Amino acid sequence: MDEGRAQRRGVSPRLWLAGGWLLLALLAAIFAPLVGPQDPLAQDLMLERLPPFWMNGAEPGYWLGTDSLGRDLLSRLIFGGRIAFIVAFSAAIAACLVGSTLGLIAGYFGGWADRIISRVVDVWMAFPPVLFAILLVAVLGTGLSSVILAIAIIDWTRFCRVIRAETMGQSHMDYVENARIAGYGRIGIMLREVLPNVVPSIVALLSLEMGIAVIVEAILSFVNLSISTDDPTWGGIIAEGRLSIHQAWWVLVFPLITLILTVLSFSQFGEALKTRFDPVLR
Amino acid sequence: MLLQRFLIRLLTMLITLFGVAVVVFVVIRVAPGDPIAMMLPPGATDADLARLRALYGLDKTIVQQFFIWLSGVARGDFGTSISLRQDVLGLVFNRLPATLELAIVALIIAVALGGTTAIIGARERGTAVEAGIDIASGAALSIPDFLWGLVLILLFGVLVPIFDISGRVSPQLDLPFVTQFYLFESLLRLRLDLTWDLLKHMLMPAVALALPLAAIISQLLKQSLKEVLDLDYVVLARVKGFSETQVILREALKNAALPTLTLVGVQFTFLIGGTVIVERLFSYEGLGNMAIDAVINRDLPLIQGIVLVFALLFVLINLSVDMMYALLNPRLRHG
Repeated sequence: MDEGRAQRRGVSPRLWLAGGWLLLALLAAIFAPLVGPQDPLAQDLMLERLPPFWMNGAEPGYWLGTDSLGRDLLSRLIFGGRIAFIVAFSAAIAACLVGSTLGLIAGYFGGWADRIISRVVDVWMAFPPVLFAILLVAVLGTGLSSVILAIAIIDWTRFCRVIRAETMGQSHMDYVENARIAGYGRIGIMLREVLPNVVPSIVALLSLEMGIAVIVEAILSFVNLSISTDDPTWGGIIAEGRLSIHQAWWVLVFPLITLILTVLSFSQFGEALKTRFDPVLR
Repeated sequence: MLLQRFLIRLLTMLITLFGVAVVVFVVIRVAPGDPIAMMLPPGATDADLARLRALYGLDKTIVQQFFIWLSGVARGDFGTSISLRQDVLGLVFNRLPATLELAIVALIIAVALGGTTAIIGARERGTAVEAGIDIASGAALSIPDFLWGLVLILLFGVLVPIFDISGRVSPQLDLPFVTQFYLFESLLRLRLDLTWDLLKHMLMPAVALALPLAAIISQLLKQSLKEVLDLDYVVLARVKGFSETQVILREALKNAALPTLTLVGVQFTFLIGGTVIVERLFSYEGLGNMAIDAVINRDLPLIQGIVLVFALLFVLINLSVDMMYALLNPRLRHG
């Protein structure tokens, strides 16, 4: 509560840092062919395992060094950001649409709709999510759309559970009862009266889910199941880095820092948005 | 009242498990790629293929296959692994103890770390110490176990190499164990040299799994402690001359722990779910690591068995937490 009031006075520095990092990474990913110093796929065995720029033996133009095939690490990170952001946005939005809709229906209508949806959520929660993701991608076939679909299929329950609970709370409030007396239809009330009040939670969850999607994509590329092996992905670079950890630590360290900053930023952003939108805290 | 609650939960648990079985069965039957064709040598004839398909029951319809498999499962027969050509249940029981030991060590670390920081934070409420704990637990919560694992590999496997970052036990050691619960058995046999070797392998993956859970415990328990510390009976204890730490440990903790307990149950299932990728990361020979191999090899019976065992574990944990809550909560106990 106190934190919410503090944030009202001005945007917190944490939010600035989080937003700044996400914007920087997003712009770099969008304009990757312009800002990437090298071709991310170009192999050069003469340039293998070059260290980052401050160490002895670094080459100008290869700021963060190269991997064991002589590919430029910074360029691979920038191009890998493209896949990370595409997956983050589309998977999170897909999971949000499915989960929020079902959550609204279960929470508002209750009865059989709620019983069936809640049972399905229970079944979904009994799967280990990472194993479920790996299984789905193996079944759907590797590729960008499979990864997005798999994440959406698994993570809609995160939205459904929260939105269901919030909608249930809202449905018993006076304003919903008033709207009913005023003669509005059930679906009209759900969309026009209840939905706006659960939007803050949806937005916060959406931001969190983007961070989760980035991680799941990285995990899938780490076990070599994500996109085709040619395109650079953050998880793919991490898998290479894990193998050459004793010869070239930078191949693991830089993608790891990138991932941590991105995930932290998405979760900070989500929390800040929630307090901003929350009518009680505001 | 309590028995009724238990029976209802047991019934929903069975429905959930049935649902999991249906979903996993449908999902893996949609998979392209013929696992039988993959296991045959290049010179095999169509007749060989058909014979092998019949052997694994793959020549029947999906619905028939499902009920054959389910009736087998009910009798404890999970089928035969296609890639390892061994009994699925045997393979699962061989690996499950490694995963359970890892998860339990992680849970102990999480409770110890989260509990300690919560108590310190509640005692030092309103100070820079509490603010520091909040920032640390916020970061620990936002960063998932996969990334913590990588951070720990870099810090304690490469930078200061004091822990092992690969495997479950040093391969050159001679193991006298008769069960797969190596850590537990090494303690029983008082072979502390082996215990130490196992812990050196287990500690990094366990900490990676524990950190997000420790953060949740820390935040929630601290919040409940702070609420309880303002109540009359705690104020009375303080007036009686108990120190703040004594007040927290003797009076407040007991009543503040209940909300945390229910949450730890659900979160513990998330922790077990995390073992899949963390075991892979640390090449730890547990169930999760075998599950990823099974998916890559399209080993349908093995995948089914492992997923079902994980699901069983999850619902059992939820059931026992629910029952524990009902037993400990005075309002439900006497209701």
